[in-house]
Amino acid sequence: MGRTTTIIIAAAAAVVILAGVLLFMLGRGTEKDVNQLDAELSDMKLPNADGTAGAGGTKPTGASLVVVSWGGAYTKSQVEAYHKPYEAKTGTKINSIDYNGGIAEIKAMVEANNVTWDVVDMEIADAQRACDEGLLEKIDAGTLPAAPDGTPAVQDFVANGITPCAVTTILFSHIVAYDTTKFETRQPTKLADFFDVKNFPGKRGMRKQSPKINLEMALRADGVPGDKVYEVLGTKAGVDRALKKIDTIKNDVVWWETGAQPPQLLADGEVTMTTAYNGRIFDAQVSENKPFKIIWDGQLQELDVLAIVKGSKNLSEAVQFVSFATDTQRLADQAKWIAYGPARKSSLLLVGKFEGKDIDMQPNMPNAPENAKNAIQIDFVWWADHQEELNQRWAAWLAK
Amino acid sequence: MSSQKANLAEQYRRSGKRARQGSFLLVLPLLAFLMVTFILPIGSMLSRSIEDSTVADILPRTAAALRAWNGKGRPPFSAYSALADDLDRAYRQGTIGKVATRMNFERSGMRSLLIKTAREAHAFEPPYAQAFNQIDLQWSEPELWGVLRHASATTTSGYYAAALDKTRTAEGTWVDKPEEDQIYVILFTRTLAVAGGVTAACFLLGYPLAFYISHLDERSRNLVLILVLLPFWTSLLVRTTAWIALLQTNGVINDIIASFAGEGARLELIHNMTGTIIAMTHILLPFMVLPTYSVMLSVPPSLSRAAVSLGATPWTAFWRVYFPMTLPGAAAGGLLVFILALGYYITPALVGGRTGQLISNMIEFHMKTSLNWGLAAALGGILLSGVLVLYVFYARIVGLNRLRLG
Repeated sequence: MGRTTTIIIAAAAAVVILAGVLLFMLGRGTEKDVNQLDAELSDMKLPNADGTAGAGGTKPTGASLVVVSWGGAYTKSQVEAYHKPYEAKTGTKINSIDYNGGIAEIKAMVEANNVTWDVVDMEIADAQRACDEGLLEKIDAGTLPAAPDGTPAVQDFVANGITPCAVTTILFSHIVAYDTTKFETRQPTKLADFFDVKNFPGKRGMRKQSPKINLEMALRADGVPGDKVYEVLGTKAGVDRALKKIDTIKNDVVWWETGAQPPQLLADGEVTMTTAYNGRIFDAQVSENKPFKIIWDGQLQELDVLAIVKGSKNLSEAVQFVSFATDTQRLADQAKWIAYGPARKSSLLLVGKFEGKDIDMQPNMPNAPENAKNAIQIDFVWWADHQEELNQRWAAWLAK
Repeated sequence: MSSQKANLAEQYRRSGKRARQGSFLLVLPLLAFLMVTFILPIGSMLSRSIEDSTVADILPRTAAALRAWNGKGRPPFSAYSALADDLDRAYRQGTIGKVATRMNFERSGMRSLLIKTAREAHAFEPPYAQAFNQIDLQWSEPELWGVLRHASATTTSGYYAAALDKTRTAEGTWVDKPEEDQIYVILFTRTLAVAGGVTAACFLLGYPLAFYISHLDERSRNLVLILVLLPFWTSLLVRTTAWIALLQTNGVINDIIASFAGEGARLELIHNMTGTIIAMTHILLPFMVLPTYSVMLSVPPSLSRAAVSLGATPWTAFWRVYFPMTLPGAAAGGLLVFILALGYYITPALVGGRTGQLISNMIEFHMKTSLNWGLAAALGGILLSGVLVLYVFYARIVGLNRLRLG
């Protein structure tokens, strides 16, 4: 081993860090993205979340469509509710691809003028940003089918459900869930109980990555009414107030990173209460019979949308698919497979039982009237304006 | 005779040169591959940290008008009309989102301010200043125009400044951000500390193990080596998750402790720095053991015996004779572990709790979520140059020719 070899090896290793971070961002990565762990961890732990089902049997017509979504149980619900009936109806073959969210891939694709995706399932905040940056096709709300009773789509969807480039499919919710066996004398019932470790002892689980959700929940627990949350958060004093509220439990918090973790933390007894996605808690209740309960009070709702990538090679087919997938029946069907609320009011009435089990899905929908009494929707436009500043503040607060 | 000798030397030199050329040709494909997949992408990425012409491209007339302004007092009237014009065109061409995203990195709220203004810009009439103020009073603040002026340059030092927790004052000088917003310097320090801690732990655990393996007989040696390599056969994620199951408050290790010492004795082993160091040390240990072990194999056992026979105590023989000869291997292993540890971020994120945020997490965040690629590139650039500086120091202290991988 000569000196030269050593230098080469050491120098190569020196750039490995950057390679890991930068190259992977450019899509040639070696390290897995944290978000992807989400899907993987859930596959490991939840027996019914069995990865992507491929497209089913079809009468091929040659036409095909690439539909991109988050994978796991979520993609499965879409395959069952949208893809299979669409293939049966039109003969178009649908290729389902998984991704980790974000708009980096779409941006790279559109800028390189090499668009291979047609329809993408996105968080509404990302869709809005991608739309502003000209990365998505515009969708004419007029082409969306009306509800069975004739209500036009624009009125049938939840608030903000139709944006210029995207149509909402489901509404998911950030809630607090707890382990009922850990609170024998008195069960928590409201959001404020999450911040009350004296009366409801035990560790708390909270999401680490971003201030979104945490700041809103802190303010709501501190008594800020739903319609004032973003007004208060818009001031420095408001952010201080929210962080001060979380400071009261900072030492009792176990920080989670991916959506699969909160039910696991509850199950392992690491925490007694945690913030979580409602669908994950439902999974644990149903497929693993865990004694978990959701506190719907103060829930924060977020929308998930379908959008069409700018320059899609199958534009008209993609438009047709989006309007098929977001019709009343399809959205209602999806609730058979996953506990996320349909974005159409007319679909909510048609929601039935969970596939293969005698569980009424209606009470598990975030937007069921009983659950939505004290709910607010996360203001994605507000966050687009404030995320840089608040993410920095959050990371700094977390580090200290 | 002497001319014959010279001739021979010449021939020898020539054949050596030919051999070198031949071997260079053989590595040429690798060089080309590295160039295309590695050096060029990294270079183009790094250039984003100082180069950003978004504003100058999308709002060209405004950029020109603001460049003519010295940044003091009110902006020139020409800037108002130019901006009205540029915004309207950007809105119609659908490029407004790009510039709005870019400007929001500089000042919170610029995003919706620009989009909102651009939407109405087609109806603007002189006096433009008034038209702008009617949309939003923020347009009457000279600082806002100052921000726009700085961003309209095609090169910027702003990303590097932001990566060092600096911010620009209205006068254009750089000052520290308020303490509650300072984060990157803390994370750089923490990243170095974690990498250093993991390297030290790997050395303390790995050196004795390598010593043990190199003194086994050949058959058991291979078996133990396979055990060392075994973790590589499992995915990083599975190993990390396994550590969570082992270390958590109600995990295997704490259950054992509790069964001996009672429930009160449970330790906080995870969701803190301890968890990060334990999990990363486990994952990186083989990189320390293997080079150390292979160097140890090459040390003749007779040397230690000779030292002892000359009167050295076993400890002196080890410390003065054996250890210095194995140091090149341990040093090479240490360098590998340190550099790999700097880039780890999934493991710390999962087991490190609040302290699991390292600089690579922020780079990932800015690449994937905030799309602030300029800042991500600046953070990456600082990390890279930091590592290179450390490497030079290391080379000085240890000596490159003393590093050995086997």
